[in-house]
Amino acid sequence: MGSWLGRQRRLLRMGACRLGAPMERHGRAAATSVSSAGEPAPEGTEGRRREPLRRRASSASEPAAGASAEGVRRHRPGSYSGPTSVSRQRVESLRKKRPPFPWFGLDIGGTLVKLVYFEPKDITAEEEEEEVESLKSIRKYLTSNVAYGSTGIRDVHLELKDLTLCGRKGNLHFIRFPTHDMPAFIQMGRDKNFSSLHTVFCATGGGAYKFEQDFLTIGDLQLRKLDELDCLIKGILYIDSVGFNGRSQCYYFENPADSEKCQKLPFDLKNPYPLLLVNIGSGVSILAVYSKDNYKRVTGTSLGGGTFFGLCCLLTGCTTFEEALEMASRGDSTKVDKLVRDIYGGDYERFGLPGWAVASSFGNMMSKEKREAVSKEDLARATLITITNNIGSIARMCALNENINQVVFVGNFLRINTIAMRLLAYALDYWSKGQLKALFSEHEGYFGAVGALLELLKIP
Amino acid sequence: MAECGASGSGSSGDSLDKSITLPPDEIFRNLENAKRFAIDIGGSLTKLAYYSTVQHKVAKVRSFDHSGKDTEQDHEPPYEISVQEEITARLHFIKFENTYIEACLDFIKDHLVNTETKVIQATGGGAYKFKDLIEEKLRLKVDKEDVMTCLIKGCNFVLKNIPHEAFMYQKDADPEFRFQTNHPNIFPYLLVNIGSGVSIVKVETEDEFEWIGGSSIGGGTFWGLGALLTKTKKFDELLHLASKGQHTNVDMLVQDIYGGACQTLGLSGTLIASSFGKSATADREFSKEDMAKSLLHMISNDIGQLACLYAKLHHLDRVYFGGFFIRGHPVTMRTITYSINFFSKGEVQALFLRHEGYLGAIGAFLKGAEQDNPNQYSWGENYAGSSGLRSSSPELCLAQRARSGTFDLLEMDRLARPVVDLPLLLDPSSYVPDTVDLTEDPMARKYWLSCFEEALDGVVKRAVASQPDSIDAAERAEKFRQKYWNKLQTLRHQPFAYGTLTVRSLLDTREHCLNEFNFPDPYSKVKQKENGVALKCFQRVIQSLDALGWEERQLALVEGLLAGNVFDWGAKAVSDVLESDPQFGFEEAKRKLQERPWLVDSYNDWLQRLKGPPHKCALIFADNSGVDIILGVFPFVRELLFRGTEVILACNSGPALNDVTYSESLIVAERIAAMDPIIHSALGEERLLLVQTGSSSPCLDLSLCTSKATSQLLLVPQSLVVLEMEMESLIGGLFPGTLSVITLDPLLPQSRLDEGLAALVRERAADLVVIEGMGRAVHTNYHAALRCESLKLAVIKNSWLADRLGGRLFSVIFKYEVPAE
Repeated sequence: MGSWLGRQRRLLRMGACRLGAPMERHGRAAATSVSSAGEPAPEGTEGRRREPLRRRASSASEPAAGASAEGVRRHRPGSYSGPTSVSRQRVESLRKKRPPFPWFGLDIGGTLVKLVYFEPKDITAEEEEEEVESLKSIRKYLTSNVAYGSTGIRDVHLELKDLTLCGRKGNLHFIRFPTHDMPAFIQMGRDKNFSSLHTVFCATGGGAYKFEQDFLTIGDLQLRKLDELDCLIKGILYIDSVGFNGRSQCYYFENPADSEKCQKLPFDLKNPYPLLLVNIGSGVSILAVYSKDNYKRVTGTSLGGGTFFGLCCLLTGCTTFEEALEMASRGDSTKVDKLVRDIYGGDYERFGLPGWAVASSFGNMMSKEKREAVSKEDLARATLITITNNIGSIARMCALNENINQVVFVGNFLRINTIAMRLLAYALDYWSKGQLKALFSEHEGYFGAVGALLELLKIP
Repeated sequence: MAECGASGSGSSGDSLDKSITLPPDEIFRNLENAKRFAIDIGGSLTKLAYYSTVQHKVAKVRSFDHSGKDTEQDHEPPYEISVQEEITARLHFIKFENTYIEACLDFIKDHLVNTETKVIQATGGGAYKFKDLIEEKLRLKVDKEDVMTCLIKGCNFVLKNIPHEAFMYQKDADPEFRFQTNHPNIFPYLLVNIGSGVSIVKVETEDEFEWIGGSSIGGGTFWGLGALLTKTKKFDELLHLASKGQHTNVDMLVQDIYGGACQTLGLSGTLIASSFGKSATADREFSKEDMAKSLLHMISNDIGQLACLYAKLHHLDRVYFGGFFIRGHPVTMRTITYSINFFSKGEVQALFLRHEGYLGAIGAFLKGAEQDNPNQYSWGENYAGSSGLRSSSPELCLAQRARSGTFDLLEMDRLARPVVDLPLLLDPSSYVPDTVDLTEDPMARKYWLSCFEEALDGVVKRAVASQPDSIDAAERAEKFRQKYWNKLQTLRHQPFAYGTLTVRSLLDTREHCLNEFNFPDPYSKVKQKENGVALKCFQRVIQSLDALGWEERQLALVEGLLAGNVFDWGAKAVSDVLESDPQFGFEEAKRKLQERPWLVDSYNDWLQRLKGPPHKCALIFADNSGVDIILGVFPFVRELLFRGTEVILACNSGPALNDVTYSESLIVAERIAAMDPIIHSALGEERLLLVQTGSSSPCLDLSLCTSKATSQLLLVPQSLVVLEMEMESLIGGLFPGTLSVITLDPLLPQSRLDEGLAALVRERAADLVVIEGMGRAVHTNYHAALRCESLKLAVIKNSWLADRLGGRLFSVIFKYEVPAE
């Protein structure tokens, strides 16, 4: 039972891949047109109507109040408790509409698969009796383990407790495993006879397309493919609305550059729009969000988490994301990078550039002597700094071009990556002279999967 | 030369190579007179700039003191020619690898005679490192200049002074370089300098620029990270590796994530989702080539994306890229261009500069020379002394290196007068003088290059013959032959070496080379003889014209203009006829003309127009000496004057082929005035004005003419503008060896227009422009749109061109155009 994930030697614990640079999706060209430079973003959605924005019609069947981001927003903060005001009839109608268990949301990225699983805690005795064996075994397997095979991990600390979804109370579990273990996952689905449950798998991410045929032919499972950006936005708005077991989902850093005084503080995202959403998975996607269903993909870059980890593997021989970050935490990037002060002896006043700013990433590595003098830790650190600074820089330019001043960074690149988060926070604040604020979210990489689950629950 | 190249190309590292022998006649030219030095020391290349003067031989013409004996002196030439020395200013720029720096400094120290120079302006990262060495070797004080200020100054300078400086790069297109015609206003623009890091600078005016952003991911990242990943030490080698690699083995593509579904989703599966995304595994080895390629894409895409974001934020669409990462490398120009196209969706153009590597040195030099106001002058690239763009083909590139060492040269001559647009141009920003872009037309290019090659012998002979008293004429002519031959070979392989290749640029390059070897005007004697013979026929021609009825006379005048274009002294048969009986020759030439209707024939409209009110003022661009100017143009001018139209007759400032020069035109006009009362009174009353074009080219560029009407106006003037164009045969296809170069002014042969001309055109409200001859009306300006009426006349004296235009040899172009209301 414990071996459903393959023989991979390595665990790639990193993020939701989203298409990076240079790439664009069909039909979105107009949405990212350069011509809208500097145009202020209107507060409401009305002003956006004429814009070539990507727009999603809200689903005709509104989910239960508890499941609706808009609905729950009123109960903040910490409104994770049940929908006490919902009438009995409403509950009845929900029962008819809601899909049978198990409830999964799947996000298959370029590097990691993110799986959210809703574990119902309000199962009645008679329900338990009716529950088929395979369903029960899935529930037990997932909730009684924190690791699956050699590569599957349940992020226990992220579990959302006592959540009400579609009138059911339960816990939401967050599980991840490397995308290269997808075949093993599908095989497990076949072994556990998932298809007999008549469940629908809601999946997003590129892998939903890539593995669709395998799901069908091997697992006899029909995937419901969902747009990853839709899912991402839905997931974020929902998770933010339910909070984090009584705590705030969203946070920011105060004094990010000062290791003594740096503080992680909760942020109340009560005015979420407009919002620049930077999703850092293997690659990076940047979205401008104007309302729940009015957003556009501004741009993306191929320099993302995959680049950091890939380069670290090549440069240091490390084998896991954790290892790469651990090395980075001990390294000194200034041995690798050429700083402004290395060139000008101090600040470059002509241009207002501080001496500590990086003038050339890996610039010192042009010299043979310096190449011989750096450690692997230094290289890991420099790679992390390079990629992070670049993402910050592109995000800042997008925020300026879109006239948005709050930037939310999500994606699994940020998982256990305080160095990157603090650097993003600092860089955004410094270069924008305090105009831009970097925000982060506890459930970093799981929003796509959550969005997929929410889609499932709309199924009549 | 050879030693230098051989030892240079292979060296590496920071050690200084002292063993090289520098070839002074090629590399540090005119060093004896050099003053005002500037140096830009980059990570691997040093650029040295200095100002010097060049002594040129120039041919001067001077009228004899006639004192009324003209008619008796049948066998005397109409004027005398003397050769004088003149001095012109020239900027020299030399680029070489840092390894040569010490050897170069020693060389300069040994050859520098001038003692006035006290300081040297220095810029670039290496200026600090080499400061002591420079001060010790040259005994000059090093004045450090801000890198970016120098860069911007240099960039403004080349954009303003060098036509076809900027180009777009299109990898799989032919040609891969697409040059931009200079926009009259170069500001504002974005300069993205990709050195070890990236600086993005917005330039708004000559003196105002702002650093608006940058990125640490630049050339240093490619080099440093590339060296770590591939153990390859040199930048060029890394680029070479990258050009052979497959990034798809290292990068995670969209199709790697989406599987085969990309097509149906409308996604381009080959786009990169995550750079180095596939290298996150320990169980695979990656090839150096693949990693270098992936790194190159990653960095180029990133820079392109940021550049687009900045361009968008600042509403700019002209973005120039420079820095060592670009520096003429086709690989990086290609990836940057791709990235800019992708991220801007075609709204922003990535532009590159031919002289990008010199910007810092030029800027540093200009900083030091501020008291001399170099920006007040116009400067022109000297094709003879400049290396041109290197080829993108690695093999060819190696061959070039062997030939010219690792030294690259740029020379710019100060033009005698500032040049500006002709005010009559309809749209100066869209005006392109040249009719055919030979870089885009391989057939035409092949033809013209062969044509110029074949004509070379004749040009060499003519050059030697023009200086019978010189003992070293043959030797110099041989050097000229080598130089021009090499230029032609370079252009065969790299048509883009000096910007857009045109018949005009081929002609101009030849003039530059002739001048370089002190053949200022190989045609001076031929022209002198031609003018003498034609002057003798003038009165008879006028008499026969005056005997005609009005309508017949108008046609005869036009035919006379065209006939001047038909024959050339260079064609032996024609010259024999002319010498025995000039008037017969002139009539013979008329008979050779195509019968009407001509190939392009709007004569009827012209005639109709002549029946109407006279033009206010005509501007005529004259072409050849001899029969053309005297028996063709002057009778036509005389008729216009008679009608009440003022005439500005514009002739080249300096010699080109057998074209009449301004000085010659003065003498010719004076002689004609003595014979003809109409011309005489028109000169006296300033209804006929003789002016110089500012040009020394057989072709004509109307986009740059001079605006200050000053003392250049010597004689009389006023009313219609006629451009005369010819030069067909001079190219040698049909009449080999009809090249002529005369030097009057210490002018670089070039084709722009004098400022004074522009002012005069405005003042006199010229409403007709006449352009005559193949060089001025067919090779250039055939499609030029003017604000006023224009007449473009030419006889096609080249069978290939005639064929191309759908006509036969001696087909006539008569294009009378009236601008739309």
